[in-house]
Amino acid sequence: MEAISRFFDGDVWWSFKRSPVTVIAAILAVICILGAVLAPVLAPHNPYDLAEISLLDSNLPPAWEATGNSKFLLGTDQQGRDILSTIMYGSRVSLLVAVCAVGMSIIMGVSLGLVAGYVGGRVDSLIMRIADIQLTFPAILVALLISGIGRQFVPRDMQDAIAIYVIIFSIGLTGWVKYARTVRGSTLVEKSKEYVQAARVIGVSQARIMFSHVLPNVLGPVLVVATLNIAEAIIAEATLSFLGVGMPPTQPSLGTLISEGQNYLFSGEWWITIFPGIALIVMVISVNLVGDWLRDALNPKLR
Amino acid sequence: MLAFVLRRLFQAALVMLVVAFVAFSLFNYVGDPINMMLGQDATPEQKVELREALGLDKPDYVQFAAFVGNAVKGDFGLSLRQARPVSTLIKERLPATLELAFCAAIIALVGGVVMGVYTALNRNGIFSQFLLTISLVGVSLPTFLIGILLILIFAVTLQVLPSYGRGDPTQIGWWSTGFLTTSGLRALVLPSITLSLGTMTLIMRLVRSEMMEVLRTDYIKFARARGLTNQAVNYGHALKNTLVPVMTITGLQLGSIIAFAIVTETVFQWPGMGFLFIQSVQFADIPVMAAYLVLISAVFVTINLIVDLLYYVVDPRLRIEQTSTGH
Repeated sequence: MEAISRFFDGDVWWSFKRSPVTVIAAILAVICILGAVLAPVLAPHNPYDLAEISLLDSNLPPAWEATGNSKFLLGTDQQGRDILSTIMYGSRVSLLVAVCAVGMSIIMGVSLGLVAGYVGGRVDSLIMRIADIQLTFPAILVALLISGIGRQFVPRDMQDAIAIYVIIFSIGLTGWVKYARTVRGSTLVEKSKEYVQAARVIGVSQARIMFSHVLPNVLGPVLVVATLNIAEAIIAEATLSFLGVGMPPTQPSLGTLISEGQNYLFSGEWWITIFPGIALIVMVISVNLVGDWLRDALNPKLR
Repeated sequence: MLAFVLRRLFQAALVMLVVAFVAFSLFNYVGDPINMMLGQDATPEQKVELREALGLDKPDYVQFAAFVGNAVKGDFGLSLRQARPVSTLIKERLPATLELAFCAAIIALVGGVVMGVYTALNRNGIFSQFLLTISLVGVSLPTFLIGILLILIFAVTLQVLPSYGRGDPTQIGWWSTGFLTTSGLRALVLPSITLSLGTMTLIMRLVRSEMMEVLRTDYIKFARARGLTNQAVNYGHALKNTLVPVMTITGLQLGSIIAFAIVTETVFQWPGMGFLFIQSVQFADIPVMAAYLVLISAVFVTINLIVDLLYYVVDPRLRIEQTSTGH
């Protein structure tokens, strides 16, 4: 209770209230996240329940157009699925992939950065050299190559089933460098502080100093990097799915929906691809704005 | 200097070796190339014959050495889907990608510099604020969505520009160019704009911040005090000094333009190398995938090698660090 009131009295909350753009972005982000997480409860239809969809409802335009049906607010796709519902279910997949991928990047990057910064020497130069090499390739290209080529090592009929793991792995693996660099930098600073020396003097083991003394003190900047990284991961996932090396049509994410809808653009059914696109844009921009604000709010130099 | 160059070369070779190994394992351990090439109803004798002809009965390291040797010569075997040499396929597709990347880079550079200079000089103008807001949105938009939106506006609604392919390219030797026909040029518009936008916003923001920094320096104040015209100060002095970091960043961005060309090519069904790769993934066309993997890595390794060496030439601090730490 006291922690909550301290948070609302604190300057982070104060700077949040003072920035109307951030407040709106945060509200949009929360709506996107809630809509995605609670899709099975909130969605007006279940687009993947064959009993509920009917081909008679296919390709209906949004409800406000003359031939629209008020049952389907944003219209339906070629199989008669409600677009609003597919967007909510799709965002769920997109968010799940993004969060898992970022989680993987954090775990990899933070531990490697911590080890590199604390141990130093050859281990440090090896880890950082690998990071440098990876940075010379654009992240999306690495993810695309891993996802496109990685799936070839699995039999064809299993590829759809493991698609989500392949894509989480490929995006997660490309994101670790930023965390490693951030954490390494702060670890180098923390390492020379007195509490670390004190811990060493009383004989605390290296691993214990690293993970229970240094780690909590270097996690601050990780939060900021992670927020911005979530937006990047959402885009990366959408791009891979759009290219056909991400989520399969049987378990579509926003990118898959956009990719499938693109074929109907020329026959006039723009809503099939544009609405998932707008959902993706809103999600990415709102997360990005919150991340930008967080970076400024937590950085005392900018105040 | 020599040690630095050698170490960078060694590192580049190591990366290429790792990439070649991945490509090789793709070749050898994914599916059974013999079955793929002969079909299911080949006799066992035919299979053994082909296996020997392809050298697949030799030990792995011999095969790997042969693979690397062939790759250096540009020989990646036959495409499984089209039964034509992969090198021919790539040669056909290469001009399309390079022309697209070239146009996108020019648009990004010109547009980015012009908008960057404009927003830096008219810092509080309404149009500058508008450009900055748009660029913020542009950074957040994924490339493929920009492409789809442009198709919706210009190809579907207004019907003024084609939405796919590259028109009727002219063949000059093995190079096919879209620059010489109207249909080729028209087809180039939407894809190159799509591909350029990300880099353009980046260059614009960079030019803007560099320019604002330069405009605050003493030598600009002195130039103004000397009574030079605004034009001479802004373009002759400020812009010139802004362009050095811009050139470096643009060079590095060339890589990401090539990477994002895959996305743009897929949206516009542009018959370039990226589209070839995406198709080969869908049809599990291993030789094409392996060739693309090796080729794109070689491109990036080369770009970075050149940039590293240029840095070394341009920035004397790097040389001092070398000698003092021996690192």
